Amino acid sequence: MANLTINGKSISVDVEDDTPLLWAIRENVGLTGTKYGCGIAQCGACTVHVDGVAMRSCGVTVSEAVGKQITTIEGLASNGALHKVQQAWVANDVPQCGYCQSGMIMAVAALLKEKPKPTDQDINEAVTNICRCGTFQQVREAIHAAASA
Amino acid sequence: MNKHVMPKLTRRGFVIGTAAAGAGLAIGLDIPFGGPTVVRAADGSPEVNVWVVIRPDDTTVIRIARSEMGQGSLTGLAQLVAEELECDWSKVVTEYPTPGQSVARKRAWGDFSTGGSRGIRSSQDYVRKGGATARVMLVQAAANEWKVPASECTAANSIITHTPSGKTTTYGKVVEAAAKLEPPAEVKLKDPKDWKIIGKGVKRLDTVDKTTGAMIYGSDVKLPGMLNAAIKDCPVFGGKLKSYDEAKVMGMKGVKKVVRVNDSTVAVVADTWWHAKTALDALPIVWDEGENAKVSSESIAKWLAEGLDNAQPAYIGNQNGDAKAAIAGAVKKVEAVYNYPYQNHATMEPMNATALYTPDKCEVWCGTQNGEAAFAATMEASGLPAEKCEVHKLILGGGFGRRGMTDYVRQAVLIAKEMPGTPVKLLWSREEDMAQGKFHPVTQCKLTGAFDADNNLTALHVRISGQSILYTVRPAALVNGMDTAAFQGLAPSGDAAIGYSVPNLLVEHSMRNPHVPPGFWRGVNVNQNAIYMECFMDELAQSVGQDPVEFRRKLMSKHPKHLAVLNAVAEKIGWGKPAPQGVYRGIAQVMGYGSYVAGAAEISVTEGSKIKVHRIVASTDPGYVVNPAQVERQIAGSFVYGLSALFYGGCTVKDGKMEQTNFDTYNSMRIAEMPKVECVMVPSGGFWGGVGEPTIGVAAPAVLNAYFAATGKRIRSVPLKDQNITFA
Repeated sequence: MANLTINGKSISVDVEDDTPLLWAIRENVGLTGTKYGCGIAQCGACTVHVDGVAMRSCGVTVSEAVGKQITTIEGLASNGALHKVQQAWVANDVPQCGYCQSGMIMAVAALLKEKPKPTDQDINEAVTNICRCGTFQQVREAIHAAASA
Repeated sequence: MNKHVMPKLTRRGFVIGTAAAGAGLAIGLDIPFGGPTVVRAADGSPEVNVWVVIRPDDTTVIRIARSEMGQGSLTGLAQLVAEELECDWSKVVTEYPTPGQSVARKRAWGDFSTGGSRGIRSSQDYVRKGGATARVMLVQAAANEWKVPASECTAANSIITHTPSGKTTTYGKVVEAAAKLEPPAEVKLKDPKDWKIIGKGVKRLDTVDKTTGAMIYGSDVKLPGMLNAAIKDCPVFGGKLKSYDEAKVMGMKGVKKVVRVNDSTVAVVADTWWHAKTALDALPIVWDEGENAKVSSESIAKWLAEGLDNAQPAYIGNQNGDAKAAIAGAVKKVEAVYNYPYQNHATMEPMNATALYTPDKCEVWCGTQNGEAAFAATMEASGLPAEKCEVHKLILGGGFGRRGMTDYVRQAVLIAKEMPGTPVKLLWSREEDMAQGKFHPVTQCKLTGAFDADNNLTALHVRISGQSILYTVRPAALVNGMDTAAFQGLAPSGDAAIGYSVPNLLVEHSMRNPHVPPGFWRGVNVNQNAIYMECFMDELAQSVGQDPVEFRRKLMSKHPKHLAVLNAVAEKIGWGKPAPQGVYRGIAQVMGYGSYVAGAAEISVTEGSKIKVHRIVASTDPGYVVNPAQVERQIAGSFVYGLSALFYGGCTVKDGKMEQTNFDTYNSMRIAEMPKVECVMVPSGGFWGGVGEPTIGVAAPAVLNAYFAATGKRIRSVPLKDQNITFA
């Protein structure tokens, strides 16, 4: 049993300590916006914020996440309004299949918090998520749009 | 609007909800609403016909039979219906009919298969007629009410106007009456010049939920009492499951059951997937790997190389003149051998399906590119007749051809059958997905060109050796044993026709089918055939000291549509004008899936092996462009898929199994490596070509030709990582 703080709510999950945070979020908490893509922290589909930092939740154990503020894609909007990154995603029609986009959006939201006006180079270094549909051109445009919103 | 909601299990088992809440389809005898001839959606709204349901508030539900996997057909098909229906686009929502409903209504929605870039081109005619028919009925209903001739009424934006009197009504007000009318025997479709929604880059209808985590993919399905399964099939294709020691894992947390799925596959069922996967990893399994365990990439390559020998039998896919004789007597001869490896689809969402079996009903929830094939697999695996089966389609976390296969559906049903009454979600691990792909086939190609004394190309011999997809996947489609799809882009005519005229031409295929299961992989045989042909065209041009574009143009005068896209990219990239310092260009063209496409790349190379792709210009003539914004996205996306395969891809065989296990050994492009993509659309009308796949073929050869321009080195083998060439 572990107590997690997810999207501002305290939730106790009955899992082994070494369970990847990804699976606790998806299966025990029931928030399925965070996706499984590789399980080895390569693809970024499972990206969440842990104390504000973008992390690949398949590579974080539940015990490591205890006591930290975890934000998933479901917790990114606030007061009923989409986050500016989500708004830019909608305005720029970014997603194709959409499966990687939760992780992509979480990675970008963390980047913009750190660097509100990222350069292309900043984007290249911070956003390393895989998108097999190949939405990168729209992702880049939407990041710049969100930064100037 | 356009809200996607979780499919709900209902007692009637008929309702799904991929569209607005409560708007699931309904069919059958237990419909509590309306007259005997009117078919109604679950919320009671009448169908005008199978494609169109209109609610009293004018919300227009457009049914989409093809699958959405990111390619945008859901939106494009809705545009086609809406154009003829003359409805208010802002009131359009979509929903999927289920394959079971379609079967029960004599395949009312036609083909569900979503591959070969056919989603729009092969259903555009009947879905537009569906929209037009519904419009005629709605207008007629209003005319009847007003007791005026329908010819005095017009429709636009879901509003019907009686022109002489100025009276108006809306679709939602007359739909009840319209649904009772006999549909017109014939309808006239609009002239393309009058299109208002087709051709417009309207936003996709399914975006918001993809940005909030609310979109439900197959792997997100939750059903009451559901268990989760992890699975392992014998990693050596064709091998068998000998034994496993379930006692070792039955005591592990959450484990419910170990299931022998078939003679090569075992699954662990547990409360959570993490528990199932953990137990499966701990399960001692003994495989009978069989003869195929001796196969390696090296042994396959050797066998394929033998097929390049003209003495070996081959199927002839395209022929004019006598290429062999012309080459034998040529003044000058150029020859090169290329190869292209296996590739895994690596959809972001691994294969999965959820099944609920009872002796009276088997239901499946999954992402599939072919709802009817998934339905047939459900029937076959469950042993139940069509009326007791159903497949609920969900959006796919990537398809690229992989989800046209039904292996994962069959497995899910077989597992659920062992646990009647309990829904079981089967999810493959990434490792299983990499091991059990349906791989882009492996081929080699020897190309020989001959010139006369004036440097005119007199003969071209293209000899492909390697795997056929159809031989394994669709043997009935072979033509006297020949796989005509092996000649994509090189065929004499049709939707994948060669763009060059050569006095003596021979294109042939020595079919050699290794044990690795092949599949349709975005672009299919266009991928390698375009590399073979377009890189070799550059080699031929270079061998006679001619400009690659000028050299091609001379061979393309009888292929004006091929030539038009080539010219379009040449102009846009600035061919013939100086490139920026240190930047080099390459070009390629091909025809596939009914569309003419070309691409030109600008790259720079540092340290001889680090490639920066600055820019790719693409041109396409797909006949008609339904949604230019989505076409642009498909072109850019196809380049990511094709260049990932070129630089990082390649699946290799060792001891009969695939060596790549995850994205650490099968990498994919990131945003840092993404070139700027510019599109020139030149739709010439009069035909309907595909969009999702054709352009994938031109990215790799354009980059390889630019690499030669930059370095003087010809690359004839994919992937580039094996030659220590990387993205800069």
